[in-house]
Amino acid sequence: MTEDPEHAKSPEHPGSTEDTKSSEAAAAVARVGWHRLHPLSPLINAGRLLSGVVGIFALSLVTADGYKGYLYQLIVAAGLVVTGFVRWLVTRWKLDGATLRIETGLLRRDSRQLPMTRIQAVDVVRPFLARVLGLAALRIRLAGAGNAGDRLAYLTVGEAARLRATLLAGHHGLDPVTPEPVELLLITVPAGLVIGATLLRAAPRFLALAAIAAVAATAAPGIFLASESTLGLIALGLVTRTWRQVTGRYGFTVATAPDGIRIRRGLLSTVAETVPFRRVQAVRLVQPLLWRPFGWCWLVVDVAGVAGRDSGPRSGGLTKTLLPVGYMNEAQHLVGLVFGHDIPELTKPPKRARAKAPLSYHFLAAGHNRLMAVTVTGRVGKKTVYMRLEKLQSVRLTQGPVQRKLSLASVHGDAAGRRAHAVFSDRDADQARRLLDELADLSRSARSAESPS
Amino acid sequence: MAVNASPGWMVPSARLWRMRLTQVAAAGPVLVMIAGVAAGIWAGASAAAVAAAIVAVAAGFLLWVERRRYLAWGYREREEDLIVSRGVLVRRVSVVPYGRMQFVEVTAGPFERVFRLATVQLHTAAAASDARIPGLEKDEAARLRDRLATLGEARAAGL
Repeated sequence: MTEDPEHAKSPEHPGSTEDTKSSEAAAAVARVGWHRLHPLSPLINAGRLLSGVVGIFALSLVTADGYKGYLYQLIVAAGLVVTGFVRWLVTRWKLDGATLRIETGLLRRDSRQLPMTRIQAVDVVRPFLARVLGLAALRIRLAGAGNAGDRLAYLTVGEAARLRATLLAGHHGLDPVTPEPVELLLITVPAGLVIGATLLRAAPRFLALAAIAAVAATAAPGIFLASESTLGLIALGLVTRTWRQVTGRYGFTVATAPDGIRIRRGLLSTVAETVPFRRVQAVRLVQPLLWRPFGWCWLVVDVAGVAGRDSGPRSGGLTKTLLPVGYMNEAQHLVGLVFGHDIPELTKPPKRARAKAPLSYHFLAAGHNRLMAVTVTGRVGKKTVYMRLEKLQSVRLTQGPVQRKLSLASVHGDAAGRRAHAVFSDRDADQARRLLDELADLSRSARSAESPS
Repeated sequence: MAVNASPGWMVPSARLWRMRLTQVAAAGPVLVMIAGVAAGIWAGASAAAVAAAIVAVAAGFLLWVERRRYLAWGYREREEDLIVSRGVLVRRVSVVPYGRMQFVEVTAGPFERVFRLATVQLHTAAAASDARIPGLEKDEAARLRDRLATLGEARAAGL
């Protein structure tokens, strides 16, 4: 599950000689000219679909009623292989100074230029099949480049690691041939903790489902039989979801390097993510109800993504888990790492706010200093948002009818993306007015202090 | 927060109010008639009168709401940022620094075109930013657009 540089240095190349040549050249000299992806890429890309097709194929062999169905499967499979191969054939990439260029498409050429300075995050993604074959995909996220990001799928592991180092060095304005800096391992999340915490969070859902099933079975057995399959499907969905969460967070490690935070995770498919420190828009610390007795919490970073009217519902902002489950001191250490240790003091909103927000008043708190804002909200789970003021995109004040009666107002700070959002909830109205201007001013001075990137 | 009275604040064109009035005036009688006729066919003349009255009162209420909403709009160009204030029931004040602007959008729907109006909207990288100013006169919209674009370029900051 960890990266294997030794293995990567001796890449097996069952592919064309041209590819072998190009990767040797890449290893030796600075990487110039066009490169192809690894020739096994189409196989992995089609992997999931192909296994389905093969399954249907096998099924049709067993229940064979002539060659017709047989032929059909064969055509589909062949079509998949051919399109995958053509796609591989027409895809190439090149490092052009401080820009990564990716060209693809047979009929409609699609040429992308990814300037290194605008990179938000670089991930090395390795699905199970790719790990078996010693390959990895590189996923590069730019602000405004859409949800999926641009993928180079697949490269050999060593090539992917080198390219990532080059991209990140370019991002920080260093010489592209700078080797990858040494990283410092900070936190390893034990497997038991991941499994326990994930199960604990899923438990209420399973219980609710079981309760519904039990009630239905006793109250109306007839209806229960009819709805059994639906309940079964929901249960299956829950199990799959929990399984995915466990496998996705298995072996979670957080490391820090001069070029950003490194996250590694995954049981079958592994992902290695790098988030440059300065790309962090906000950090959210969440303490769900059931986790609080154990002192567990979970930490998420928001990185800039697209926003605006043309973006789909799933785009906009990129969220990465920084710590799937951990203790408060670990989380605070990570927050300190990202934001420095000058965390502002929190103050509670005035007592009269309890009338407006009776269910969340116990958590509400907020504070800011010259560089950052911290806000706490939540009803059942406690949610703390840390945001650097220099990242503020806009500041808003809202005042609903009840708040107006009580002379309260909320101030919102928005960072890039859809979810990065800090709320100074239910503050005194006059204080909120002042806060609105103050945050705008502080954000500006923080921005000019930090050179624009 | 009597925005319109304070100096430095700008408000949408008076034609925006006329547009809203026209919209309600055009749709109101039609709805009253439809409600009256439908209720008349279904339940007789007295029901028709009641239904028509209800719809008429609703239209009047809508007019009142629109009037107050129209009066609540205001914007102000400050040195470094644009403030937009709006809303009656929920009051909202947005501050958007020029440097954070990604692009300016000027739109004019069919009604707005008839009244020679346009809506200017500022987009930032944050989805929640909602700096929109409706009902600006064509020239003012163009002026604001150009000014915002110039200021945005001069003060542009990275994400």
